[in-house]
Amino acid sequence: MEKYELTCIQCPIGCPLSVTVDGQTVAVTGNTCPRGAIYGEKEVTAPTRTVTSTVPVTGGVIARVSVKTASDVAKGKVLEVMRAIRCAVVTAPVYSGDVIVTDAAGTGVDVIATKTVLRRG
Amino acid sequence: MKQHDIVIIGGGPAGLAAAVAAWDAGVRDVLILERDDSLGGILNQCIHNGFGLHTFKEELTGPEYADRFVRQVEERGIPYKLRTIVADVSPERDVLYVNSEEGAVSVRAGAVILAMGCRERPRGALGLPGFRPAGVYTAGTAQRLMNIEGCRVGKEVVILGSGDIGLIMARRMTLEGATVKLVAELMPYSGGLKRNIVQCLDDYGIPLRLSHTVTRIHGKERVEAVTIAAVDEARRPIPGTEETYTCDTLLLSCGLLPENELSKKAGVRLSRVTGGPEVDDSLETSVAGVFACGNVLHVHDLVDFVSEEAARAGRQAAAYVGGTSARQGRTVTIRAENGVRYTVPQRLNMTDEPEPVTLRFRVGDVYRDRSLVVRAGERELRRVKKRILTPGEMGELTLPAAVLAGLEAGAEIRVGLED
Repeated sequence: MEKYELTCIQCPIGCPLSVTVDGQTVAVTGNTCPRGAIYGEKEVTAPTRTVTSTVPVTGGVIARVSVKTASDVAKGKVLEVMRAIRCAVVTAPVYSGDVIVTDAAGTGVDVIATKTVLRRG
Repeated sequence: MKQHDIVIIGGGPAGLAAAVAAWDAGVRDVLILERDDSLGGILNQCIHNGFGLHTFKEELTGPEYADRFVRQVEERGIPYKLRTIVADVSPERDVLYVNSEEGAVSVRAGAVILAMGCRERPRGALGLPGFRPAGVYTAGTAQRLMNIEGCRVGKEVVILGSGDIGLIMARRMTLEGATVKLVAELMPYSGGLKRNIVQCLDDYGIPLRLSHTVTRIHGKERVEAVTIAAVDEARRPIPGTEETYTCDTLLLSCGLLPENELSKKAGVRLSRVTGGPEVDDSLETSVAGVFACGNVLHVHDLVDFVSEEAARAGRQAAAYVGGTSARQGRTVTIRAENGVRYTVPQRLNMTDEPEPVTLRFRVGDVYRDRSLVVRAGERELRRVKKRILTPGEMGELTLPAAVLAGLEAGAEIRVGLED
């Protein structure tokens, strides 16, 4: 049996959650609404995050283009996704929504541009 | 002198939303003046997600949120000038702007919307002892250097202040390979959103030390270390609690200050609490025809509320220039008390057919299980139970039309916390 202490982030109250995992059963206590229970269970069993960063742009009006994972990735994959993002370089123009890294770190999720960076001059 | 119906100072989220709303209310002569190279303001460097949950019901990054509004401005063909700085605004609403194509130009505005945003509290305003080495940045400056200019800011970092930008930068620098040793916060509570504490600090095991401050910055050419100490209830460092952390960078995230130099020139009366203009429920300042919205009015946590507030300013400015403003010169003042630090607006216009008004407010401490009570004299107008109120999260309260209809012109209503 494993026990986790979390802070719920579903609303400003920030309930302190205790989540216990016993085999297949997950029990959440400390929540004051159903959203807290759902959050607590997901954070412990399958937490996910959107990763955002920037990638250098050659020949652009600014030096970096902002990027994000097109959807959430497993929290445990965040650092690997960051490593994949750090290897990327793009050439202007880049348009918001363009795929910058395909299938980042084997997550099946693309990294896409969140800003348009036009060519300099 | 050239004339425009509405001149908007600032092309960030507030200015953009105000412009779109004014246009949609029928004003076709709107001009946005923006000093940066692009529209969008601070959102351009806020590359993280979490914007737009209220407005668009999805989580966008800052640049994506800005782009939604820039597109709306461009679809309508609303004119804007970039790299254009406003040097003066007079009480008669003459706006003097300067850029390298036109030089200095004065225009007369039917209405002015102030949307200049805010600035970070700088090191000089914090009284931090030590030399002035390289490596001390406000969090937003570091954010710009990393996300727009593409600089690496530092490898070993200490952050003073737990404002949202500092928390966001703690995660950003960690993901870029830096070690963030801790976040020290002078107050016994964080000034940032809970979501950011969890996802930017807890996720990466970065400690948050409440009731701590920096007592010394070491290093003459470059930051070499900082000393932090616990503080007592009067926020004085407690001798013997000092700890020194080696680092090459100190980020400051110690509050935001509305940027009101132009407002002062226009003769706008400012609130000593918010640092922004005092406004009525149409977001009009003490100077007729001058409106304010966004962080220049009061510092917001969420851009969604900036957009909403700015749209109201845009509609009201349109009503002002169109001569359809409902104002009749009768007002009610709002006083914040008992733990409520301020409200925006600070006064209400009485009309024959009042509409519901949303008050936004902040409290001065963390309060649990209190009631937010609005009173006129001893009469209770509205009471709302609150599970929690914190200084880091702006609150809102709606006054229904029925409540407003019963108020006398010249009255004062009070908004405060009660058990």
